[in-house]
Amino acid sequence: MSIYMMKQETAEAKAVVVDDMFLTTDMPTTAGSKMLEGYNSLFEAEVLTRLKNAGYAVAGKTKVGEFGVDLLGETCYFGAEYEGESLQYPAALAVKNGDGKAAVVLDVNGAPRRGAAQSGLVALKPTYGRVSRYGTIPVACSGETVSVIANNGTDCREVFCAMAGHDSKDGTSLPESMTEQGKAAVNKRNKVAVLSSMLKGVNEEVQAKIAAAAEQLSKNGVEVVTIDAQTVAYAGAAWNILMSAELCNNVSRYDGVKYGYRTKNYTNIDELYTNSRTEAFGDFLKSAILFGSETLSTENYSKVYDKAMRVRRVIRDDMAAMLADCDALLMPAVSTLSYDRTLVERDKYLPYKENFFTAPASITGFPVVVAGGVQLVGNAFSEELLLDLAELV
Amino acid sequence: MKYETVIGLEVHVELATESKIFCSCSAHSFGAEPNSHVCPACCGMPGMLPVVNRRVVDFGMKAGMMLNCDINRVTTFDKKSYYYPDLPGAYQTTQWFAPVAVNGRVDIETSAGKKSVRIKQIHMEEDAGKLVHDISEGTTHVDFNRTSVPLIEIVSQPDLSSAEEVEAYLVRLRTLLRYAKVAECEMAHGTMRCDVNLSVRPAGSDVLGVRTEMKNMNSIEAIKRAIEFETARHIDALENGTEVLVQETRRWDDAKGKSYAMRNKETAGDYRYFPDPNVMPVVIDDAWYEAIQNSVPEFPEVKREKYIALGLTEYDAERISESIMLCECFEEASEACGNPKEVVNWITSDVMRILNAKKMTYEMLNLDNQALGKLISLTGDGKISRANSKKILSAMFDDRSIDPEAYAEANDMLIGEQNDDMILDVVKKVIEADPKSVNDFKNGKEKALMALFGKCMKELKGNCDPQQLKVILLECING
Ligand SMILES: [Zn+2]
Repeated sequence: MSIYMMKQETAEAKAVVVDDMFLTTDMPTTAGSKMLEGYNSLFEAEVLTRLKNAGYAVAGKTKVGEFGVDLLGETCYFGAEYEGESLQYPAALAVKNGDGKAAVVLDVNGAPRRGAAQSGLVALKPTYGRVSRYGTIPVACSGETVSVIANNGTDCREVFCAMAGHDSKDGTSLPESMTEQGKAAVNKRNKVAVLSSMLKGVNEEVQAKIAAAAEQLSKNGVEVVTIDAQTVAYAGAAWNILMSAELCNNVSRYDGVKYGYRTKNYTNIDELYTNSRTEAFGDFLKSAILFGSETLSTENYSKVYDKAMRVRRVIRDDMAAMLADCDALLMPAVSTLSYDRTLVERDKYLPYKENFFTAPASITGFPVVVAGGVQLVGNAFSEELLLDLAELV
Repeated sequence: MKYETVIGLEVHVELATESKIFCSCSAHSFGAEPNSHVCPACCGMPGMLPVVNRRVVDFGMKAGMMLNCDINRVTTFDKKSYYYPDLPGAYQTTQWFAPVAVNGRVDIETSAGKKSVRIKQIHMEEDAGKLVHDISEGTTHVDFNRTSVPLIEIVSQPDLSSAEEVEAYLVRLRTLLRYAKVAECEMAHGTMRCDVNLSVRPAGSDVLGVRTEMKNMNSIEAIKRAIEFETARHIDALENGTEVLVQETRRWDDAKGKSYAMRNKETAGDYRYFPDPNVMPVVIDDAWYEAIQNSVPEFPEVKREKYIALGLTEYDAERISESIMLCECFEEASEACGNPKEVVNWITSDVMRILNAKKMTYEMLNLDNQALGKLISLTGDGKISRANSKKILSAMFDDRSIDPEAYAEANDMLIGEQNDDMILDVVKKVIEADPKSVNDFKNGKEKALMALFGKCMKELKGNCDPQQLKVILLECING
């Protein structure tokens, strides 16, 4: 048995793996947390039902960091994955190992995109609302999106098509009519913009990836321009606020009363709550809970949370304006192509820093493709166009 | 010094929709087995997403219209966070930023005169579950049947100034919401609950005093007692310095007739409201708005005036307009039989008698009103005796599908055309068999006639018009 996943026997050729943020009825769902160790769901995620109906089989579940908010799974209660001293993303390992033709993952805070960028795989995070979130562990509901990682764009596209579409069980799922309209409104401009404001703090290797991608696109007849988009650089700061606030609220349900971990050490309800959560949640998650709780306090709501929502709207408008004129915004997905163990263990705030690159697509709900180690963020409903561009880089 | 009491109410009303607010579980579990009306969604399990029940928005809007509110055409849901074992997700989905209805008005009348109570807002939200304490075991169990049952909270401005006004306001709210058929409003069932915010200040002052809140009051009588107690306590504190008033939540102990400060822990807290990202803003377009507006009923006063114009006494008009179910019964039956005065007699006697006997409220009335009109016509036309019509009405209460004519025919209760002859035969037979009573009557004993009449009626199984029988009987005796 591999360390990065729980395996299941499957004879199917069309095997996929899913990460541990998806509820399954034949295997436990833990979200990488001691809190949900051995938790068995009463129902399964909508996307799994759709994949099975399309002839896919689930070959296993890959590990995630606690509630999927970290870099690459380093906060997983069941252990992080390192190759040598280099942190590895379990879903990417599974794809590279051939456990499935694709990994279906929940992109909460960019981990799948970081994993794909560092492993040289292709990842697709579709437009928010195109794939049902029913049956995924809720964390940062306003941005998290069911995504796909595969060896190439073709496999990504195939699995995405099997999952996408309206689901009446998800109130944020887009109606088919809106998707059809949105897709029809996508115009190919044959132009890609590099966002210079997003190149801040990336190392030479990553800079080289950006340069290589730009060159490949140019070679294939795509005009590449550079835009200095200052507002987009604030996406990370705003997303950290929104994500933490939603996370704080969403993990409040794990209180030791109904299911999940319950402390043995309590004499009253307050101790039951406090001790269960203290004993079962990891440090990184606790810091996110505290931060989120703070942003929503009566004192801070308008100063912090509400402001972050305004920033979100500004960024969305600005990016939509840029995308009216080009097919995609080219930007890095990571600052470095490998996270070293000592760095990961020393800098506990690394996930909050690295999501500088992934937050623009998380906060706007715009689709993004990772290929050739870089991100191509497109306008809503432009998944097909992005996957075409990904072929070129 | 003279003082005045300033009271604002927060009234929670359970909406009478079939299903819960965000899942398809039945919303009606009063008296049901614990946790028999639950699903992963209303138990707060991860992965279920809320989908707004549109009927809840219908009812919320309609309630707003009944209370003269402006309807927010884009209304949103927000999360309110707190920990309590009966709240499975550790948050309640409610409306904090854009409630469905705002700026309303409820008119009341008391011995102090007429008054308009301003409504600040009406918001929709989900109810919490219930804790069941097992004292013998020393354990507490959670029942989630009630979680996610839709509620509206009606928040008034501090416009009320006495227990009498509070009672009038609550009764008026109940009448209006029952008129709109959006809620049961039965305090004894917990489908209407009330938080009372109260402060006292010198009469004429425009500065509000220290406010205390009493939560979850569930009977009008208890509310009145609590208001009187709190008012006296506040005045005593102001006048005699018996205690220092603090803004706090208090619990009313109705048995002891006293209010108590609750432990600070039970009341303190920051609810961390924020928009629920899983529930899209509800946009009420013109078609939706108009459909609800068209379903808003006439107010009780309008009905009463209309009924008086139809010739009903003020007393009867008042009684009927008390309940929308009686109004509908009256209006539909009158239309079917064309005799409103006769219908009101039936409603205020037979219908109310049966309701009473069955321990049913007016709101539980489930007659086929047109069939009632038909029954009244048939009785008026002498086709069914008054005695039998009561039996038929009783049957109609149990089975809504009964057609009174078909039922009378099937049960030998229909008075046919050939009946004069039949009655004559029976009368002759009875007279022949009882010459003594005939003689007694002829000698001035009135009671003897009643005996003969009763015997005839028995023979006829009640299938005859009593007036007609009396005429024939007298003709036969008098030769
Ligand atoms: Zn339910």
